[in-house]
Amino acid sequence: MEIVLPGTNAPYPTFLYVLIPLLPFVGFLLNGLLNKRLSATAAGLLGSATVLGSFVISLVLFFNFKYQYTVELFDWITVGSLQIPFSYQIDQLSLVMLLLVTGVGFLIHVYSIGYMAHDENVGKFFSFLNLFIFSMLVLVLGSNFVILFIGWEGVGLCSYLLIGFWNTNTDYNNAAKKAFIINRIGDLGFLLGIFLIYLTFNSVQYGEVFQKASLSQFGPYTAGICTAITLLLFVGAMGKSAQLPLYTWLPDAMAGPTPVSALIHAATMVTAGVYMVLRANVLFTLAPQTLEVVGIIGLATALFAATIGLAQNDIKKVLAYSTVSQLGYMFLALGVMGYSSSLFHVLTHAFFKALMFLGGGSVIHAMSNEQDLRRMGGLRKYLPVTFFTFLIGCLAISGIPPFAGFFSKDEILSHVYEHSKLMWAVGLFTSFLTAFYMFRLLFLAFFGEFRGTEEQKHHLHESPASMTLPLIVLAILAAVGGFMGAPMLLGKHYLADYLAPLFTYSRRLNPAAFALEPDHGTELMLIGLSVAAGVLGIVLAYVQYVVRAQRPVADDAPRPAPENLVYHKYYIDELYDALFVRPTMALSRGLYKFVENSVLNPLTNGFGRAVQGGGFLLRYVQTGAVETYLILMVVGIVLILGLNYGRL
Amino acid sequence: MEATVPEVIRTVPLQYYVFLATALFAIGVVGVLTRRNAIIIFMCIELMLNAVNVLLTAFSAYRADPNGQIFVFFIMAVAAAEVAVGLGIIVMIYRNFQTTDVNLLSRLKW
Repeated sequence: MEIVLPGTNAPYPTFLYVLIPLLPFVGFLLNGLLNKRLSATAAGLLGSATVLGSFVISLVLFFNFKYQYTVELFDWITVGSLQIPFSYQIDQLSLVMLLLVTGVGFLIHVYSIGYMAHDENVGKFFSFLNLFIFSMLVLVLGSNFVILFIGWEGVGLCSYLLIGFWNTNTDYNNAAKKAFIINRIGDLGFLLGIFLIYLTFNSVQYGEVFQKASLSQFGPYTAGICTAITLLLFVGAMGKSAQLPLYTWLPDAMAGPTPVSALIHAATMVTAGVYMVLRANVLFTLAPQTLEVVGIIGLATALFAATIGLAQNDIKKVLAYSTVSQLGYMFLALGVMGYSSSLFHVLTHAFFKALMFLGGGSVIHAMSNEQDLRRMGGLRKYLPVTFFTFLIGCLAISGIPPFAGFFSKDEILSHVYEHSKLMWAVGLFTSFLTAFYMFRLLFLAFFGEFRGTEEQKHHLHESPASMTLPLIVLAILAAVGGFMGAPMLLGKHYLADYLAPLFTYSRRLNPAAFALEPDHGTELMLIGLSVAAGVLGIVLAYVQYVVRAQRPVADDAPRPAPENLVYHKYYIDELYDALFVRPTMALSRGLYKFVENSVLNPLTNGFGRAVQGGGFLLRYVQTGAVETYLILMVVGIVLILGLNYGRL
Repeated sequence: MEATVPEVIRTVPLQYYVFLATALFAIGVVGVLTRRNAIIIFMCIELMLNAVNVLLTAFSAYRADPNGQIFVFFIMAVAAAEVAVGLGIIVMIYRNFQTTDVNLLSRLKW
C-alpha cells in the first residue's frame, strides 16, 4: 500500500519557515547573553520585535495558504525502520495556532515592557518569554509526534522558569516545582502514547499515521489499540491543559509575573493539550470510549473549577480557576467531536482570558502588588481603560452576545445538546456559575468604595500606554472575534469552513457525528437559554455585591460547611499532599537513612579509600634514581622477549 | 628473488650484518646501564637506534624490498628531532645543576 503524503512542495524557501521559530530563539540568546548590559526598554523591544517578526511571517503564510504541505528541514533520527525527519507541518491547524501564539504573544510582550519596567532582571524575563514562544512554535509546527514532544517539554521547562521567576521567594519556587512535576506525570502518558503509536503504525509522522489509521488496515483490533493510544495521549493533555485530576498546578502557577500567567497559563501553553487532541483527531474518532472519557472529564473539570472560583479572593486565583473551567469546556467539545468548536473556543478564550489576565495585572500594578479583592473596590474611577476592557472580557467569558465567548460557548453547548441532554444541562449551569464569579470579581474590584490603605490609594494610577494598548487591542478582539464563527448572522461559519479539511478522515470514519445539526428552533432555544444563564449570573452578582454590598469575609472567619469546602478548594491539595507527597517524602527519608547512609556511602567511600591506600604504597617504587629505572626497563624487555620466544 | 640482489651485496653474508647490529646494540645497552654522564647515555641510545637501522637496511637489501630502507629514513628524521629535544633538555639540566650526572638527578620522585 503506497502512502501518499500531503504535498511536500513548499511554496516558499525553507529559510522563511525556519525563521518563524528561529527569531524568538535569537531573541532568547541575545537577551540571555546580554542580560544586564541591555537597558530594560531595549530588552523589551528586542523581545517584542522578534515575536513580531514571526507574526508577520505567519501572516504571510496564512494569507497565501492554498494546500497542506510539509517542509523537510533535515533527517533527524534514522535507526533501522524508525525514521524521524525534522520537518514542519503547514496546514490550517498549525497556521491558526501560529497566528494565535505569535499574535497574542506579541501583545503580551509589549505589555510586559510596561509591567516589568521596575524589575531588575528584565533581560532574563524577556529571554525566558522568547524561549517559551520558540518552544510553542516548535510544538505547533512539527510534523510528527516527536517534534511535538520536544516543544511540549520546552514549554514545560519555560513554564517552570517563569513561574519561579522571582526565585527569592520559596513559595514561588515550590509552585514552579509543582507545575513541573505534575506535568511530568502527564508527559509520561504522552510518551507512552507516542511509543504505542510507533509500535502500531511504524511511524510517528502525522500524515502517515493518520492515513494508516483511517484506512483501518489493522482489522478488528484497531479500536482497542486506538483507545489505548488516545487514553495515553489524553493523560498528557490532562497534565498540560490542567484537567482533573492533574489541574492543581495551574492555580499555584499564578506565582509568576502576571504577563506570564496571561501568556502561558491562559492563552498558549495550556491549549497545547487541546491542540494535540485536535492534531490526533483521527485516532480519537476511532476510539469512542476515549471520547466519552474526554467529554466527562472536561465537563467535570469545568463544573469543579467553576465552583472553586466562586469563593476565591485572590484576583489571579479567580482567573486561574476560570481558565481551568474554560479548558474543561474545550475538552467537553472535543469529547462530543465538536473539533472545530473546540478550536474556536481556544481562540476566543485566548483573546478574553489574556485580556483579563493583563487587566488583572494592570490592577495589581496600580495597587502596588496587592492581589486581594477584599482590599480593592471603586477602581473604576482610577483605572478607566482597565475597567472598560476588563468589562468586555467579563461579558465575553459570560457568553453575552455579541462578544466572542458567546459564539464559541454556544456552539459547544449546542454540540453537547445533540450528544447528551444531561451533559448540556451541567454545561449550562457551569456557564451560569462562570458569569456569576467573573462579575463578582468585577464588582468587588471596580465598584463600591476603595478598601485598601491610604498609601495604596495615593499611589493609584492608570497604567502606561505600553500596557493599555495591548489591553485595547485584545478587548477589540474579544468583542468582535466571535464573528469568525457566526453562521446565523453572517450566513457562513468562516472558521469551521476553513478548518474542515483537517477533519476529512474523521468525517469519513464517522459521518453521523458531523452531520448532527440542531434545527433552527432548537438552536434559538439553546441560545436563549445560555444567554439567560449568563444574564442571571450577572444579575445575581450585581444584587449580591453592588446592591447589598456584600464583602468576602476574612480567611479565618467561620463559614457554613459547604462554603468552607469550596473555599478550601475541596481540600484537594491537602488530599494530594497526604496521598502522594508525604508518602514520597517519607520513603525518600527512609531511603536516605537506611540505604544511602548505611549501604551506598560506605561502599563508594570504601572504593575511594582502597584506591588511595594502594597509591600510597605504590609511591615507594618511584625512587627518582634514573639508573634503577633503566635497569628495570632492560630487565623488563628481556623478560618479555624471553617469555615470548624462549619457549620456541 | 635471489636474482634481484646485486652481486656486491651478496659478497658479504647476511649473518655478518646481524652480528654487527647485535654487537652495536649490546654496546649501547651496556653503555646506558653503566655510564653516569647523560650525554654518553644519550650517545649510547643513538647507538642502539642505529644498530636497528643497520639491521633494517641489511634485510631490506637482501630481500630486495625497498620498504625497509624507506623506513630507515623516517627513523633518521625522527631521531634527529629527538636529538634536538634531548640535547636541549640536557643543556637545561646542566645550566640548573652544573652537572649532567644522572645519579645526582634524583629529584623526580614523590
